[in-house]
Amino acid sequence: MSLIDIQKVEKYYGDNHILKGVDYSINAGQVKAIMGPSGSGKSTLLRLIALLEPVHSGKILFNGDLIAGNADGSRKKPESEKVLALRRRGIGMVFQKFNLFPHLSAVENVMCALTTVKGVDKKDAHEQSINMLERVGLGDRAMFFPSELSGGQQQRVAIARALVLAPRLMLFDEPTSALDPELVREVLKVMEKLAEDGMTMLVVTHEVGFARRVANEVSMFDQGQIVEALPPDQFFTNPAHERTKKFLEHVQ
Amino acid sequence: MDFESKLFFEVLVSESFLKGAAISIALATLSQLLAIFFGFFLAIFRLGKNPILKSFAGVYIWLFRAIPALLLLLIVWNALPQLIPAMRQGWYSPFLAALLALSILEGAYMAEILRSSIMSVDDGQALAGRALGMTPTQVMRKVVIPQLTRIAIPPTANEYIGMIKYTSLASVISLQELLTRAGNGVSATFRYVEYYAAALIYYLVIVSVLMFMQSRLEKRYSWISTVKKSKRV
Repeated sequence: MSLIDIQKVEKYYGDNHILKGVDYSINAGQVKAIMGPSGSGKSTLLRLIALLEPVHSGKILFNGDLIAGNADGSRKKPESEKVLALRRRGIGMVFQKFNLFPHLSAVENVMCALTTVKGVDKKDAHEQSINMLERVGLGDRAMFFPSELSGGQQQRVAIARALVLAPRLMLFDEPTSALDPELVREVLKVMEKLAEDGMTMLVVTHEVGFARRVANEVSMFDQGQIVEALPPDQFFTNPAHERTKKFLEHVQ
Repeated sequence: MDFESKLFFEVLVSESFLKGAAISIALATLSQLLAIFFGFFLAIFRLGKNPILKSFAGVYIWLFRAIPALLLLLIVWNALPQLIPAMRQGWYSPFLAALLALSILEGAYMAEILRSSIMSVDDGQALAGRALGMTPTQVMRKVVIPQLTRIAIPPTANEYIGMIKYTSLASVISLQELLTRAGNGVSATFRYVEYYAAALIYYLVIVSVLMFMQSRLEKRYSWISTVKKSKRV
């Protein structure tokens, strides 16, 4: 059974038709990558899976349970934020611009959700958070505030912040696009390690090398639809669609 | 007539002036705190989706920014008791009336300050909080409020300093605050210079203390690690 199963999902912003009937699924332990031009709907898809925005129609299943949309795929009033907050716990999200909390130190950023959302006591949460920061190679930066960290370090703290809640799925929305070129590697290394450890991941990225090494499948997104989905070797060397070929000319 | 420094110093340390200053500070502080409380909810209402609360906040802010403070004080002290018999009782003191008028009025200004502070917190912050599974209340308490506080400190301190001076308007409803007492002294002795100079000193000292507190508070919200702080010194 798929961990995430997306069926015929449609999304509009006003009159703007962002997602046009997307079907997509990820099995537990898989790493999938999505590529495509900006505005093609890749980030929107991630936000829908993270339950940060309601689907217009269609449905999303998480481990077989309906988490968004209606069972018959029709339109439905969005759930209350409280219900959604509970459901979001199983899914971790990493943003392009890190979105760390600037008023909290690195370790407090990681601890924050543990203490407020999961009710873990402070001492326990602190220990778990330090461990998690060590896992992303930032054990010595625990007391630093986001403004005192490089972009790469901030993104690694953001990864630790999501991981500490033990999500079953990690979503990455262009995690290295806002970074200086020499900081990209340290973030990708952490993500590769995570994939090796068996984490289920969905990564929107333009990092060809990363997708080749780590992903089980790469999809091409264009104008709210999946153009094609192929194993990375095939995707990068011999894509079937003209749209993919054209796009790859620009990223490779 | 010369400046009588002996009288000036006597006035300066007189019980009457100390009490007046205490009343001014207490009135300004309580009014400001209540105004922050009112203003916060008005700002939330105004930014929220509920149309009734939104228009309530809009009308409130419009109305109380339009009414002169002096007029509102007179309404609350003289007119309201005419309409509401319960307010003619002894418990309804000039202090309570001034607190009511000033906090209601200042609430409208704080609503605008806090609204702009909330809006200047990056959208990605609430998004990250929600993605971590926080409820809207938790996002507000743990993520938005600490960040809007930093933005709101300078303008709120400004309002608080202004409030200290606004309290002198309450002399019209016979509140025995600092300036009323200076006025009493003047009418008894006609020594304008000494009494007014003493009052001026009080205001200077009070505002200096507030500004010092403001800079301390701003430092606390600088969000730099103690490691770096000690290195910088």
